[in-house]
Amino acid sequence: MFKKFNIKEDVTGHTQVKSSVQRAIRAKILEQYKDGIEGIIDDVMPKKSPLILMKCHEHISLIVMNNEVLFFNHFDGPYYPTLKLLHKYPNMLPRLQVDRGAIKFVMAGANIMCPGLTSKGARMDVSVPADAVVAITAEGKNEILAVGTTKMSTEDIKRINKNIGVETVHYLNDCLWKTVVDL
Amino acid sequence: MADSPDAPSSEHVKPREVPYCGFCSLPPEYCEFGPTLDKCKEWLSKNDKVLYAILYNTLEDQLASTSLGDSKPEDDKKKAKEAAKIEKQIQKKMQSRVIIKRIERTKRKCVTSVFGLENFDVDLKKAAKLFANKFACGSSVTKNNQGNDEIVVQGDVSDEIFDLILEHWPIVPEDNIDLVEDKKKGK
Repeated sequence: MFKKFNIKEDVTGHTQVKSSVQRAIRAKILEQYKDGIEGIIDDVMPKKSPLILMKCHEHISLIVMNNEVLFFNHFDGPYYPTLKLLHKYPNMLPRLQVDRGAIKFVMAGANIMCPGLTSKGARMDVSVPADAVVAITAEGKNEILAVGTTKMSTEDIKRINKNIGVETVHYLNDCLWKTVVDL
Repeated sequence: MADSPDAPSSEHVKPREVPYCGFCSLPPEYCEFGPTLDKCKEWLSKNDKVLYAILYNTLEDQLASTSLGDSKPEDDKKKAKEAAKIEKQIQKKMQSRVIIKRIERTKRKCVTSVFGLENFDVDLKKAAKLFANKFACGSSVTKNNQGNDEIVVQGDVSDEIFDLILEHWPIVPEDNIDLVEDKKKGK
């Protein structure tokens, strides 16, 4: 999604949202990540500080607070946390681990194929349904490498072991990662 | 590193501080997958000796074991190419010039235009605001006829801007700033 993205050109406008909208966004994020975020939501999104919604091309919107991009979503889809946020709170999302060989490709923006999740260096300790937001870590690494949505459930990934398992949405060193918000 | 992936911290209330490489902005453990490993290593060895030792001593073993089979000469070539590309960009940046131009409007009124600051990662809008505050005059970002952004400041403040740029954005080398006067020959 963020292979090509330029904050100067692709942002069509940013507005400070009304507090009711802010509450709605907050509620949606809470609902989406339930136990992963309950303890930290006040740290991540303090109720009182102003929230800025950046609208970009192709229906992408970024949620910005204190000059930091916290979440983004596409159209009215789920809110994805950015990697910077995930590095601070790595337990927000269920984590899947890919093997070492896959890192290179993920960092070039490739989707994650099932074998990359089932091979020796990879781990799937949690069971996740299809279409869930997951964080991707890598063999031998502590930090999170990418964020994506599962295309099939973890059981199916193990069983079928073919095709795309996780669709990469945001990865290290993509254009969103390099983006520094300056308002 | 604070915790490993299989030992999640019990309460995730406190944000973790993740160090980022000063050169390629990735977490240092992923530097090896970036295009500028050598530069990153250099940076890390200067700035975080502990982490450097942890990462690259173990990494070296891994690299030694994997690089034999893993990285082909093509791979290295590609990486070198990319590194060269980045180097070039930096060089280009260092060569690009900032032009401060005095443009006459009427006989005794003029504006000053500053062109090329964006090459040094300066936020033009902020710079314009700064100039406006400093010189108590109108200042705005406009597109010139080539379609590039420039800052136009009302009044002749070219010398002051020269000093201000040097003071405010130390990355801009002094030699790269040109003072130009429209119509008449250079200063």
